[in-house]
Amino acid sequence: MNVTLDQIYAVTGVFLLIFTVLTLTDKKQSGKWGTAAFWGLYGISFIWGKEIPPAVVGGMVVVMALIAGAKWMGTGDYLSATAEFRRKMADKYGMWLFGPALAVPLVTFLVAWLAPKMGALIGLGIGSIVGLVLAFLLTRVMPVQAFQEGRRMLDAVGWAIILSQFLAALGFLFDKAGVGKVVAEMVSAVVPVDVRLATVIAYCVGMALFTMVMGNAFAAFAVITTGIGIPLVVKLHGADPAIAGVIAMLSGYCGTLMTPMAANFNVVPAALLEMSDKNGVIRAQVMTAVPLLIVNICLMYFLAFPGK
Amino acid sequence: MIKLIGVVIVIAGLLFRFNPLLVVLAAGFATGLVAGMSPLEILSAIGQAFVTNRYMSLLVLVLPVIGVLERFGLREKAEDIIRSMKTLTAGRVMFVYQLFRQVTVGLGLQLGGHPSFIRPIIAPMTEAAAAREGVSNAGWLDRIRGMSASAENYGNFFGQLIFPAAGGLLLIKGVMENAGYKVDLLVMSQYAIPSAIAASAIALARFLLLDRAIRAAGKNKGGDRG
Repeated sequence: MNVTLDQIYAVTGVFLLIFTVLTLTDKKQSGKWGTAAFWGLYGISFIWGKEIPPAVVGGMVVVMALIAGAKWMGTGDYLSATAEFRRKMADKYGMWLFGPALAVPLVTFLVAWLAPKMGALIGLGIGSIVGLVLAFLLTRVMPVQAFQEGRRMLDAVGWAIILSQFLAALGFLFDKAGVGKVVAEMVSAVVPVDVRLATVIAYCVGMALFTMVMGNAFAAFAVITTGIGIPLVVKLHGADPAIAGVIAMLSGYCGTLMTPMAANFNVVPAALLEMSDKNGVIRAQVMTAVPLLIVNICLMYFLAFPGK
Repeated sequence: MIKLIGVVIVIAGLLFRFNPLLVVLAAGFATGLVAGMSPLEILSAIGQAFVTNRYMSLLVLVLPVIGVLERFGLREKAEDIIRSMKTLTAGRVMFVYQLFRQVTVGLGLQLGGHPSFIRPIIAPMTEAAAAREGVSNAGWLDRIRGMSASAENYGNFFGQLIFPAAGGLLLIKGVMENAGYKVDLLVMSQYAIPSAIAASAIALARFLLLDRAIRAAGKNKGGDRG
């Protein structure tokens, strides 16, 4: 069997179009047209993303951002189960309920391990389908209700689900504009570059701060490493690029813990967990992230300059 | 200098609480314009990057499975389990999960995630553990859920670079080799370990402090469990 990432994207797109139809037929849906247009456009980008001219996809992306910005998205009536029903079913199915849930990561792992050419992303796609089929077999639920439940969870997350993709696009534009070079000049003007520790701090703190702005350590890494890491830490002070690089990336992850821009890790979970404070996850993480960033600075200072 | 306009827009936009999608879009357009791109070229660049990075949002696929299982009592069942494990406190559940996540992701296995693990399993377990101490009001629930979600992030972030084929390491390799420096993936993966240990230790301290705070809050309320 050979599944491609494009096929997984197509299935994702079909899911989104089903959600769109359910939204349109939901009489109690608030923000019906905005919500339907948002998930519809998103579904189209998954199915035909490669066929549609990039500028048109760009236009669709702009429309989606405007819909979200205008607060035209809402929630509907998902024909959810009552608490009594859930309690009764929990007693009926017992531990079996964990089967389909655990099948998703298990299949993901098996595919990544046994078919490394397909990899974890395709594994996740196959695992989700396997989990869904197992859930159907176990509960005998009507397929359409499965998508109602999926839509319930997706509407709870809302527009935040596409923020990561937005940031990747922003990083791409930053790179094209040469933002990294400008950063290097500015840092050299402020930081005493002759002092090794000062450059290490600039590199690690720069990664954390830029990750907070970009919401994505990967996007920040290219900018800050070209701007600070390579010219000041590696070239000027002779750091090992492998060791400095990996510790810089981990410093960036400390930044990821502290920013609402990392929507997938911080904002989406707050929504998924139905927390009243949208920044509650970040609030929980700051007191871990700051000491850990200091530890990373020390690690780079003491480990990345072997024999110097 | 003017090239940094995108950074300025992102910072200012978030500060004034505009919708992040609009902020990012404005920053992208401004950056593209000062780099001399035409509006159509900018739209193309955004569209292309959006399509290339679709893999970031594949969690859409998992939602129906978890949604169905929740309909049939997954959360209720998870709560049953924690109620039967009388010794496991909320903080300890979080730490055990974080460690499990860190070790598995370090081996290259993506076992975990907020929609597939934290929401259906870990959050209900920690909430039930706190309820046993008599702590269940809305403010505490928020705090406990936030800490549960953080356990996933600690484990994921500070374990993933231990795996020699991790995406993060491939990116470091790419950037360093563009600049003319050869780097070894295995060396990088080894130097991710000290940070991983430090992250675990700090998280453990935080989780144990949370347990203490929950216990104290439960005692303060005395017999009042409402």
